[in-house]
Amino acid sequence: MEIKPCVNIRQEWDIVGARQLGREKAKELGFGTVDQARIATAISELARNIYLYAGTGKVYFETIDRLDKKGLKVVAVDEGPGIRDLSQVMQDGYSTSGGLGAGLPGVKRLMDTFEINTEWGEGTEIIAVKWVR
Amino acid sequence: MPKRVDKIVIDNSDVIIKNWLKIVSDKKQNDYTSSISDELFQSTNREFVNVIFDSLGNGGITTELESFSERLVNLGWPLSYLTDGLQTFRRVAIDFVLSQHDKIDTDLFSIILDRVDSWVDPIINKLVNEYSGSWEHTVSLQRVALQELSAPLIPVMRNITIMPLIGTIDTERAKLIMENLLDGVIKHNAEVVLIDITGVPVVDTMVAHHIIQAAEAVRLIGATCILVGIRPEIAQTIVNLGIDLGKFPTKSSLRKGFETALELTGRTIYREDKKETIVKDIMNQLSEG
Ligand SMILES: Nc1ncnc2c1ncn2[C@@H]1O[C@H](COP(=O)(O)OP(=O)(O)OP(=O)(O)O)[C@@H](O)[C@H]1O
Ligand SMILES: [Mg+2]
Repeated sequence: MEIKPCVNIRQEWDIVGARQLGREKAKELGFGTVDQARIATAISELARNIYLYAGTGKVYFETIDRLDKKGLKVVAVDEGPGIRDLSQVMQDGYSTSGGLGAGLPGVKRLMDTFEINTEWGEGTEIIAVKWVR
Repeated sequence: MPKRVDKIVIDNSDVIIKNWLKIVSDKKQNDYTSSISDELFQSTNREFVNVIFDSLGNGGITTELESFSERLVNLGWPLSYLTDGLQTFRRVAIDFVLSQHDKIDTDLFSIILDRVDSWVDPIINKLVNEYSGSWEHTVSLQRVALQELSAPLIPVMRNITIMPLIGTIDTERAKLIMENLLDGVIKHNAEVVLIDITGVPVVDTMVAHHIIQAAEAVRLIGATCILVGIRPEIAQTIVNLGIDLGKFPTKSSLRKGFETALELTGRTIYREDKKETIVKDIMNQLSEG
């Protein structure tokens, strides 16, 4: 098993750290500038949600390098409050913090696959993959 | 007994200093201080060891120690030079005191260790505090410097002001942008403000939200905000995020934004071609003649 590159999110500037590491990985995999920007933005959204709603957590990366396809998997995990109503938070414009409420639905559109595992009171795990085209 | 330990060390300071200097000088070859000249290194070592003995004689921290460490901080000597030097001193002193006894039991051993620690530890603490204090000071100065750079406003022309943003925008900076923007519009009596985001690496929902709010606030005080420098990849991610920037004008480049700003303030760019024609005429005449 490879060691996964990981960034702990404890303060606001860690979001920048996560984004930079993710962009580096994306570059290595050969993503173009637009996809690099998409990945960096998605990481920024996930990391900021951790910082805002869970306080602390981590973002880690897995490079997928198979014969048929290559990609970057971004995983954001926290042990924060969790999300009660998933369909609600995936709606554009829903925000409990006075934000735009565009983060999670945005990440879903920025990436190719998107999956949330969450338990109310337990925490949240979000897994998103972008494939190299 | 502890007094005897003191006496042994102070009475034999010559030998201890010699041993200490030897070990510390040997370290220099492959070490942090290798860029420092030999004379300076030797003289600093001698001064250092004198300062240590001075503080032994005077039971703790002395003004000599304070001014010595202050000087090293200012000269940028690594903290590890001082801590290594003190650890070496600890070892050399203990070795020496032990060598002066034929029979050593655990009691004596622990008395010697305690005594030597009680000299060295306060000095180490003092130095570490001095150094970290100076680092904190540097960091806070840099923070102020960064803040001054974080949201600059340039009044390029009567009624037109530009805010070029470079680098990552965090919440603190986003607030400053808003404040400076509003202050600037009023101070420079601006009708149009151009926010240039060419140098902003990532525009996520937080950044977009703050820009939208800033533009809205600018509109409320009667001016127009134009967002310029939207790189193609940023345009695409903004669309993917589903963010609507339709409420205020956006332009891909500062130049285009500036042209719009001129129009909005009732001006146009007039290119004076006459001079060029005259030059051309002269050139033509010359080549014909
Ligand atoms: N890791 C998380 N833990 C708990 N709740 C979360 C987490 N991530 C998101 N949420 C909830 O989901 C809501 C929607 O998140 P989303 O990122 O889409 O919008 P937002 O953060 O409110 O605004 P923005 O557009 O600035 O991202 C949040 O307001 C929050 O209540
Ligand atoms: Mg969000």
